[in-house]
Amino acid sequence: MMIKILIRNAFRHKLRSVLTIAGIAIAVLAYGLLHTVIDAWYAGVAASSANRLVTRNSISLVFRLPLSYREKIRSADGVKIVSYGNWFGGYYKDEKDFFANFAVEPVSYLKLYPEYKISENETTSFLKNRKGCLVGKKLADRFGWAVGDSITLVGTIYPGKWEFVLSAVYEGKHKNVDETMFFFHWDYFNETMKKVRPFSADNVGFYIIGIDRPENAAGIAEAIDAMFKNSLAETLTETEKAFQLGFVAMSEAILKAVQLVSFVIIVIILIVVANTMVMSVRERTAEYAIFKTIGFSGGYIATLIIGESMMITLIGGILGISATYPAAIAFSNAVGTYFPVFNITGKTIFMDAVVIIIVGLSAGILPAWRAMSVRISEGLRKIG
Amino acid sequence: MRLLFFYSFRNLLTRRVTTALTASGMALVVFVFAAIIMLAEGLQKTLIETGSYNNIVVLRKSSSTEVQSIIERYQASIIETQPEVALDENGRRVFAKELVVLITLQKKGSSSSANVVIRGIGNASVDMRPQVKLSAGRLPLMGTSEIIVGNSVAKRFKNAGLGDSIFFAMRSWKVVGIFDAGDTGFSSEIWGDANQFMQAFRRNAYSSLIFRAQDDASLQKLQRRIENDPRLTFDAMIEVDYYKKQSEMMAKFLRILGISLTAIFSIGAVIGAMVTMYSAVANRTSEIGTLRALGFGRVNILMAFLLESIILGFLGGCTGLFFASVLQFISVSTTNFQTFSELAFRFRLSPGIILKAMAFALLMGFFCGILPAFRASRMNIVESLREV
Repeated sequence: MMIKILIRNAFRHKLRSVLTIAGIAIAVLAYGLLHTVIDAWYAGVAASSANRLVTRNSISLVFRLPLSYREKIRSADGVKIVSYGNWFGGYYKDEKDFFANFAVEPVSYLKLYPEYKISENETTSFLKNRKGCLVGKKLADRFGWAVGDSITLVGTIYPGKWEFVLSAVYEGKHKNVDETMFFFHWDYFNETMKKVRPFSADNVGFYIIGIDRPENAAGIAEAIDAMFKNSLAETLTETEKAFQLGFVAMSEAILKAVQLVSFVIIVIILIVVANTMVMSVRERTAEYAIFKTIGFSGGYIATLIIGESMMITLIGGILGISATYPAAIAFSNAVGTYFPVFNITGKTIFMDAVVIIIVGLSAGILPAWRAMSVRISEGLRKIG
Repeated sequence: MRLLFFYSFRNLLTRRVTTALTASGMALVVFVFAAIIMLAEGLQKTLIETGSYNNIVVLRKSSSTEVQSIIERYQASIIETQPEVALDENGRRVFAKELVVLITLQKKGSSSSANVVIRGIGNASVDMRPQVKLSAGRLPLMGTSEIIVGNSVAKRFKNAGLGDSIFFAMRSWKVVGIFDAGDTGFSSEIWGDANQFMQAFRRNAYSSLIFRAQDDASLQKLQRRIENDPRLTFDAMIEVDYYKKQSEMMAKFLRILGISLTAIFSIGAVIGAMVTMYSAVANRTSEIGTLRALGFGRVNILMAFLLESIILGFLGGCTGLFFASVLQFISVSTTNFQTFSELAFRFRLSPGIILKAMAFALLMGFFCGILPAFRASRMNIVESLREV
């Protein structure tokens, strides 16, 4: 009975309800998308493993470390495996087509990153071919590369045209893995450097270290940094997570702005729904007075009003959530360069639901209170 | 017309709560729209004003920023002796060989750190940047471990005040001056003797060469000569163009974000306002009938309701812009991913943005009012008079 009244009431003004529902759906959609954008920012952090440490030059990332550190780091207690690489910073065809590309020591690197799924054939052909490169699936799709293609990158930090053969494509074992990266043999990089710029050969941008137990991370990091204290190239070692968080912190200001904007959206939904409810209740003041005369309590009337506002927001919310999925795909196609990993998480949907419920309740409270407190005689006198 | 205007205006006044709610919805949208465009504008202005039209920058080919570029000492000397370099009144070349590297510094009041640009300068560097003014202390002596810091750096980073010492590259560097470079990228930099930095960072090459051009044709002549010289794989460009390029990626990102956000928002706000306008029409059915009976035409009714919603849009636009203009006093710092270094800039409100935001608000008002206004104008006189 109650539900029937709620539905009938909610759709008494069809146009108004449809418009309000559409407004809520759009706002919920926007809120969900923004939440996903924030998640995408933290994707690198989410994908990092507690078993990996990153060592870099303590001055800043643009300075390098000597290759000779590798053996010293390997001798530290608790270190299982050491890999290394350089940020290459090359681009394909056009400078605006940005993607991450690294020169890495392939054997140890692949051992450290078991989350890259590569077929066995391709792994061997990548390891065997010094000019071979390993490319994420999304990146390969973006440029239409297939295994066996030859690819030329233009270096910005290391000048020249660099030739590669695409020998393997990786996919992520879970959703957080960035599938837009490009890896190639560090040896190829280093041999070329020896020829063109001998003074910068045998230098490594970063070491990635696999450790035995994550609990020991802090101690191992300290031990490694202590080894190179007061040397020409002091190191800074941190967990992969901290390293990735450092990148997130760099764009903190923008991140905060996006978070702020997502709160603004909630306020906008609230205004739209509250406005609709205020209008509906004002129009029905006489009706509620009649309800009271017959003997229904103020609480019953308040439940009717809040229930109606919940009904409207719920329908709008469900529409909005279901529209989030196709919208996220379209959005990630448009700005995929900025966000390699763009997935809607369970948390986002949960937050959506929380927002919907809060908005539905709070938009109904003020009009409900008004309808409850209006005196019968006054309410009956009111027309329209 | 005057009458209609007052009719619309009074109507908005009598339904104060709904008017305020609707207008504030629109105000929020205008605010977000203006804020994000102001951010992109601020970023771009900051970087463009950093450059000067008289200066020419020389970088290694295919490096898009100074940090990536490497110029050997002998190559730098070749460029220095080119005839395009202007002379000052004492007959010296207005030319500087600069070194640009990044270091990580700790921010004040938080444990996070950021990349800061360290610029090794030559004697002419300061003279070539008239925006840079010393606000405290003095210039560093060449050949010593003395540095001067930009005012944004002094404000935001630990140990960067006048008289403090910053430790990097295994040396302690004394801050002997603070410079104010206005709203330019230099305010986020640290300057010191290039030759000292080269020793400390063990990097025996410069990053960029900057000089004042002899005349407007200098750039083309120099570019042609560099092109023909096999020793020089360089790009020469006007300083302004160089800095403009550095802001492109971030500004584009901010604009995409801003436009897609406001597009979604505005649909929400227009729908909210449409609800209000439809109910305004429905509530006043008998009024509309009376007006029609008195002799007002359909067009007049249409105009009255359209005017009402446009006034709503105008109110929203004014409120939104008012709050957006307050943002101008806030300075934001974020990492520019193109240069990988921290940059401080302000929200900038320009007449163009005011115009755009206002046009946007009025347009929202128009769209939310047009359908309800049509409904009002098409009402049948007799039927609407009968409505209670």
